[in-house]
Amino acid sequence: MNDTAPSGRTKGPTPGGGPDRAVRHPVRAIALGRVRDLALLPAVLLLLVIGAVSNESFLERDNLLNVLSASSALGLLVLAEAMILISGKMDLSLESIAGLAPALGFMAVIPAASAGFGSELPTWFGLLIIPLTGALIGAVNGLLIVKLQLNGFIVTLAMNIVLRGVLVGMVSGKTLFDAPAAFLALGSDSWLGVPVSVWVAGACFAVAGWALRYHRWGRAVYAVGGNAPAARAAGIRVDRVAWGVLVIGGTLAALAGLVIAGRVGAINANQGQGLIFTVFAAAVIGGISLNGGKGSLAGALLGVLLLGMLENLLTLAQVSSFWIQAIYGAIILVALMIARLTTGESQE
Amino acid sequence: MNRTPLTEPRAEGADRRAVAEAHGICKRYGPTVALDDVRIAVRAGESHALVGRNGAGKSTLVAILTGLQRPDRGVVLFDGEPAPGLADREAWQRRVACVYQQSTIIPDLTVAENLHVNRQPTVRGQVISWRRMRRAARELLDAWGVEVDENVPAGRLTVEDAKMVEIARSISRGTRFIILDEPTAQLDSRAIDRLFTHVRRLQRAGITFLYISHHLEEIYAVCQVVTVFRDARWITTAPVGELGRTELIEAMTGGRGVGAAPDHGVIRSPSADAPVAVRVHRLSGPHFTEVSFAIRSGETVGLTGLAGSGSHQVAEALAGLYRPDSGRIEVLGRPTRPGSVPSALAAGVGCVPRDRHHEGLVPELSVAENASMTIMGRLGRLGVISRSSRDAFARRTITGLDIRTDGPAQPVKDLSGGNQQKVVMGRALATDPRVLVLINPTAGVDVQSKRALLSVVDRARAAGRAALVVSDELADLRTCDRVLVMFNGSLAAEYTVGWTDEELVASIEGVGTGHE
Repeated sequence: MNDTAPSGRTKGPTPGGGPDRAVRHPVRAIALGRVRDLALLPAVLLLLVIGAVSNESFLERDNLLNVLSASSALGLLVLAEAMILISGKMDLSLESIAGLAPALGFMAVIPAASAGFGSELPTWFGLLIIPLTGALIGAVNGLLIVKLQLNGFIVTLAMNIVLRGVLVGMVSGKTLFDAPAAFLALGSDSWLGVPVSVWVAGACFAVAGWALRYHRWGRAVYAVGGNAPAARAAGIRVDRVAWGVLVIGGTLAALAGLVIAGRVGAINANQGQGLIFTVFAAAVIGGISLNGGKGSLAGALLGVLLLGMLENLLTLAQVSSFWIQAIYGAIILVALMIARLTTGESQE
Repeated sequence: MNRTPLTEPRAEGADRRAVAEAHGICKRYGPTVALDDVRIAVRAGESHALVGRNGAGKSTLVAILTGLQRPDRGVVLFDGEPAPGLADREAWQRRVACVYQQSTIIPDLTVAENLHVNRQPTVRGQVISWRRMRRAARELLDAWGVEVDENVPAGRLTVEDAKMVEIARSISRGTRFIILDEPTAQLDSRAIDRLFTHVRRLQRAGITFLYISHHLEEIYAVCQVVTVFRDARWITTAPVGELGRTELIEAMTGGRGVGAAPDHGVIRSPSADAPVAVRVHRLSGPHFTEVSFAIRSGETVGLTGLAGSGSHQVAEALAGLYRPDSGRIEVLGRPTRPGSVPSALAAGVGCVPRDRHHEGLVPELSVAENASMTIMGRLGRLGVISRSSRDAFARRTITGLDIRTDGPAQPVKDLSGGNQQKVVMGRALATDPRVLVLINPTAGVDVQSKRALLSVVDRARAAGRAALVVSDELADLRTCDRVLVMFNGSLAAEYTVGWTDEELVASIEGVGTGHE
C-alpha cells in the first residue's frame, strides 16, 4: 500500500502535542528496543529457577562456571555468525573452520610421530597459524560472495564440506594429542578462578557489542544489512564492510576451535561438526534476523546462555544420551516460539 | 499539465446506483483516529477520485473497502447489499479488487499463469491443462483489449502493461469495481497516457474505478467525481468539473496551503559570473552518450526526460552511484573518481537517490542514524559515534526540514512517506555539499511535503550551492533556472525560465519543439 498507513499509526490525531511528545516518546522507544534485546531474559530466568528446583547442584559456583566455559566456544561462534547475519550475509562454514584452523596449527607444531606434518615449527608460529587460517578462509568466502557475487548460502555450504574434507584427509582418522601446553591453555586454564575461555568470550562479546553500537564500523554493518543500496548511496564501502565481517567471523571461529581443542585436550576430524545448527538456533532465538540489519549481541549472548544452561540441565537430569538430542531440538523449537511471542515480531 | 484531454464530467452520474458505498466509517488504531465518520459512494461506470494528504485516511479506507480491515463503526455496501464477512476472501474478490502501487504479479511466471494463479483450468480433476489456460488467458486479454502476449514472462512487461494484467485478473474473478492505488507512481508520462487510455476504455465497458493519486492533473484527466479526505474526515464530494484546482487543494490542505506549484515566472538572476561548480564533459555509458553540461554555483538546473532517456543515470553518475564508461566529471574544478560515492561525497556532492525505499533509507535504523549516515566519521573521534552530537545533529535536521517524528530515535520505517523523504534530504544535506543532486525529490509525497522539499532548492540557491533536480514533474522543474531535456540518451534541448508546459512536454516526448 502507499505511505499513509504508517503515518496513521505514528502521528497523533492532534498535531499540536509538541513539547511533551518529544520528551515522552524517546524513552518509550528505548524501552521497546531494550525489550526486544532482552526478550529471552524471562526464559533464561525461568530455566534458572527450574534448574535450582530440580537439581540442588545446579546453582553451585562450579556448575555455573562449567555452564559458562562449556558455552564459550558456542558463544564465540554465535558472535561470529551474529555479526555476519546482521551484515546481511550468512556463513555455514564456521563449524569447519573451528575444526580445521586449530588442526593446522597443531600439526605444524607437533612431531610426525604424533600425526603432525613433521615440520615441528615453533609454538608461537603454530598459535599464529590458527587465527590466520580462519581469517584467510573468511577472506576467500568474501571473495566468492562479495566480489564474484555468488550466493552466500551455497558458497559457504560447499566451503563447509571442502574444509571438513580437508580436515578428514589431513588427520586421516588419527587424533591429535601431544600439543604444547600453550595450545590448550585457552580451553583449560583459569584466571582468578574463572576459565580463560570465559574471559576471552566475554571480552570478545563486550568489544564487539560496543563496536556494533557505538562505532561507525558497527553502525555500517547494520546499515549494510538493513539496506545495502542505501548504505552505498550514503558513502559506506559496502563490499569492504561485508568482507571485513566475514574475515572477523572466520577468525573468531578459529578461536572457538582452539577453545574446543583445549577443553577436550585433543583434536579429531569431527571437531565442530554439526555445531552450525546450534549456532543459528542460538542467534535466531536471540533475536538476530536472518534477513540482516536487525538484532543485538546482547540478545545473541542470551541465546547462547539459554542453550548452554539447557544442555547442562539435561545432563544433570541424567537424560539418556540416546534421547538428549531429540529433547534438545524440541526445546530449541519451543524457545523459538517463546521468542516469537515475547518480541511479537516475525522471525524472517 | 495538459498532456491528456479532459474528460467531461457526466451529469447523469448522481442518480445511478452505487457499486460500492460506505457510511459513517470510523476506525481507530490505538489512540490514533484513522477514519472519523467518513462516507463515500462510488456509482456504476464512473471513475471516482479519492484525494487527501498523507495521513488523511485513504489507505485505511482502501483496506476497509477491500475487506482487509474491519471498521469500528459504519457500514460497507456493495450494490446495495452488506459486505461479506472478512474471512470470505472469495466473496470480496468478486466485488472489489485493488491494484496497488507495488505490483502483485509474479515476474517469472507467464502472463497466462499470472492470470490464473491458484485457479488454473484443470483436466481430470487435478491436472493443469496448459492449453486451456493459455486459451482462456488469450480470450480474457482480447475481451478487454489488453495487447500483451500471454506466453511471455510477466516480468518482461512494461509497468503499465503489468498493471493491465492485474486489472484483467481482477475482472476475471468477477469484480466490476477496481481500486487503483497510486497506479502512476512509477510511470513516465507516455506510459501514464497509455494506462489512462485503457482505463477510459474499461470505464466505457462498464468497469467502475476508485482512483487514488497524489497527482491532481491525473484526476482531472480521468475522473468524473472527486472525494476529498483531510485529517481522517470526509471533506467534500463533487464532480471534478465543479471543483477547480485551487478549491481542490484548499479542500485537501484546509485552506492553509496554496498549491504544489511554487511562484510561477519569478525572474531570477542567473549569476553568469559565478564559478562553475560542476562540469560534466562528454560523459558516456550504457544509458547515455556524450552528455556535457555545466552548473554554476548558486544555479539550479533541472534535468528531465522519459523513463528510458538516461536522465536518472547521468545524475547518478554525478553522485557516484553509476559508473560511466567514458567522459569526465569535475566538481569545483577537481575530477571525481567514476562510480565512487565516497569520492563524490568528498568532492562535495550530496544526493537524494531516485527511490527512497531502495537507496534512500535503512528502514530499521532511526531517523538520527539515517540522517547522519553520510557523516558518521565526523560525529566523534576515531570513528566512535558520540550519541549526543548525533542526536543534536538529528534535531537540527528535524527542525530545519520540519520532519514529523517522535524524535531522533524513532525508526525511520514508522514515518510517513513525505517525512521519510525529508530524512533522505537531510542525509544529502548533512555533508554541507556544494552540489546537490536531487533525483525525483518529490515522488509519492503529499502536497505540503512537496513544498517543504522544494524550498530546500531555494535555500540551496541562496547558500550558493549548485543543484541538479531530476524530475518529470513540471512543478519541480519550475523551481529551476534552466531545464535540460534528455531524449534517448542524449541532451535534446535546453530551456531557460519562461518555458511553457506545452513546449517542455513536447520536447520530453521527442515530438519536436516547433509549433504544430
